Amino acid sequence: MTRTSASPLSAGTPERTRFTAVLRAEWTKFRTVRGWVIAPVIAALLCIMFAYLVANGTHTDFCTGAGNCKAGHPFVPTGPNGQAVADSYYTVGRQLTGDGTITTQVTSLTGVISTAMTNVAPSQAQQTRPGLAAWAKAGILARPSTRQGSAYAAVMATGGHGDRFQYNYSHDNPGRSGPVSTSSPRWLRLTRTGDTLTGYDSTNGTTWTRIGAAHLTGLPVTVHVGLFVTSPVSFQTSASGSRTLATATFDHTIIDGHTTPNAWHGQSIGARQQDFYPTLRVGSYQRADSSLVISGSGDIAPAVVQGLLGADTAASSLPFGLTVALIVIIVVATMFITAEYRRGLIRITFAAIPGRRRVLAAKAAVIGAVAFVTAAAAATVAISLGERILQANGAYVFPASASTVVRIIAGTAALATVTAVAVLAVGAITRRSAAAVATGIVVFVLPSIIGSISSGGAVQWLYRLTPAAGLSVLQALPRSAQVDYPYTFANGYYPLAPWAGLGVLTAWAALALGIAAVVLRRRDA
Amino acid sequence: MNDAVIEVTGLRKRFGPTLALGGVTFTAPPGKVTGFIGPNGAGKSTTIRVILGLDAPDEGRVRVGGHPYQDLRNPLRHVGALIDAAAVQPSRTARNHLLWLARSQALKAGRVDAVLELVGLAAAARRRAGGFSLGMRQRLGIAAAMLGDPPVVILDEPFNGMDPEGIVWMRKLLRTLAAEGRALLVSSHLMSELQGIADHIVVIGRGKVLADAGIDELLARAAGEQVLLQTPTPAEAARVLHRAGGATTILDDSTLSVSGLAARQVVEALGQSGVVFSEVTTQRATLEDVYFQLTSGEAEFRTEAGQGAQR
Repeated sequence: MTRTSASPLSAGTPERTRFTAVLRAEWTKFRTVRGWVIAPVIAALLCIMFAYLVANGTHTDFCTGAGNCKAGHPFVPTGPNGQAVADSYYTVGRQLTGDGTITTQVTSLTGVISTAMTNVAPSQAQQTRPGLAAWAKAGILARPSTRQGSAYAAVMATGGHGDRFQYNYSHDNPGRSGPVSTSSPRWLRLTRTGDTLTGYDSTNGTTWTRIGAAHLTGLPVTVHVGLFVTSPVSFQTSASGSRTLATATFDHTIIDGHTTPNAWHGQSIGARQQDFYPTLRVGSYQRADSSLVISGSGDIAPAVVQGLLGADTAASSLPFGLTVALIVIIVVATMFITAEYRRGLIRITFAAIPGRRRVLAAKAAVIGAVAFVTAAAAATVAISLGERILQANGAYVFPASASTVVRIIAGTAALATVTAVAVLAVGAITRRSAAAVATGIVVFVLPSIIGSISSGGAVQWLYRLTPAAGLSVLQALPRSAQVDYPYTFANGYYPLAPWAGLGVLTAWAALALGIAAVVLRRRDA
Repeated sequence: MNDAVIEVTGLRKRFGPTLALGGVTFTAPPGKVTGFIGPNGAGKSTTIRVILGLDAPDEGRVRVGGHPYQDLRNPLRHVGALIDAAAVQPSRTARNHLLWLARSQALKAGRVDAVLELVGLAAAARRRAGGFSLGMRQRLGIAAAMLGDPPVVILDEPFNGMDPEGIVWMRKLLRTLAAEGRALLVSSHLMSELQGIADHIVVIGRGKVLADAGIDELLARAAGEQVLLQTPTPAEAARVLHRAGGATTILDDSTLSVSGLAARQVVEALGQSGVVFSEVTTQRATLEDVYFQLTSGEAEFRTEAGQGAQR
């Protein structure tokens, strides 16, 4: 008789089968059942197919007048970092060559809000009531050109957020707080030195406080400088928002530096019919003694979905196909363990590998890896395919940075992995295929299906507390602290940050795994 | 300590209200086939599951080659077991079934081909196990048990579903494995299957060991020879044989069982008295008789409790 085995062990601590051996055994089990290998491929194909169908079913029409509609979308400016931005305002300015400083005093800032909602045509939204948007802005602007989406730096007084220095849409530094009024005027100053633009504010025009500075690399010698006023859509009173207009009075405006000799020149930016951002009306300016009174409507800020029909993103074609793929993955992950219980094979497994939690861990690693690869491949194809078809159908697709796309793909893969591991654990607990598949679908898929077809505040809690929170990894629409907007699920925003949402799902999976580990140890096989 | 030994000491286990094992103690020594006999529901499979660490006993302990099963590294290299021939994933091929087991024990794929050859399944290696007959599955189960070339082999009902040719093969294999010095524990609910191959018998009934002895000792315990007599007048024959010193039992209206007299004495006594008879046969005690004697009061395997214990 040959002896292939060494003496079992030295006295004391139990020596266990090496984990790599267990892992290889479980991988061999997985790959030798043809159905289990085919199912993930089908899951990926279904995901891609449904992403195609969803994208192909989305058509956007764009109307520029009474009954004049065609396929397409309004113009959305693209900012210096490729992000979607709002760039609509009224400016009165000149050309500045070389270094210089522009100083002004804002003595009043008031506003009106349309009584109609943004979804009615601007011509029918002229009825207004007094009201100043918190992010209404009046101040000094410097930028290479007035082309929408170009770089800029600005110092400003706002309706409700005090003085600010902002540049390139997403950067924001706070200055003095409090509102502007005739009794409490505000001095603002913007200085250009080379590529650097610095913002100051003051209450008296003599003592200046630096708010912030921006280095706009590649700033040309001659730039546009000017006063500007803008006022964003207000969501204070209605979910669909109301257009607003702000009016500011500027006094004591002085430019030091080489400026164009001609007089101040007024310009409306981004308030054309084809511009996406809802404006109350085209701005204007007038002289009154030494003062300039400027009215403007719009925003200079990151774009969220206000003013756009729909909220198509890189990920917006994905959820339905992903749900279908998840159901297939749930079935495979469940069968990976319940099939062994059904056939009594689990006893052979546990006799060969007495460390049952190692078996569970190895199975989790195998099915997790399969789910990860499946979902990553499916998401990669589905996202680029969906985006291409949406654009071909005239829809505006919110630009997503490369890191956002990678996060969505990795997040989708992680979502599938965690879900697969969780239902594997459920399978270990129930030992029955039907019960485990049903539990897996009810707990890990149903909440997101309910969430996608229902509305109301309760939906937010679904995406906070249930495994549906994991779908937060699909978040592709930007949020901005500089834009007052209802960042609700109905508007395309998950209540949790992507990785926090994945964390909630992972907590559910950890709970299932924990219970599975305990019952596997205590229960007779 | 010899690797090739199973020691079971004082195993007790309850499934709810049912006492499945009521203090089971025995040893399966090296180089011998230990028959593990008992009616369905007696506790054989439960004992085997406890030996393999699948079920936890309430009391008692098991040592395989001197070690608790849980402490064995690559356990299939120490203990090979066939516990359920139906336990295969139907869509997996025979070879792949053995391959994952080999991987789990860090064994080379070469062992898989070797054991397939050993059990005569080399030709069916790439067929799905779901299409196998029960006999082929038994062979596959034996192959799995032999994968790690273990010093201890445990087979639960290995003859189930085997054709006569397979039974002959299995008996020969068991003898060979024992001759190689391994400890074999082979369970069966039919004593006859183990006649001629088991060296040692452990009889279990309702969770208790009823007998634990060598085969010769067990046979000696059985009642002696019996003579069966076919006669049209059994009552008259019984009177005659009583006078001659025999004990008789009338089995039916033409058959009489006689003990205490040899066949020759029966023929002489009947001939002298002129009683007509047609046939006289001598019966020797078999393991089967021993088994029935031991388990007659224990074979309540059709009760709820018994089925629970079998499960």
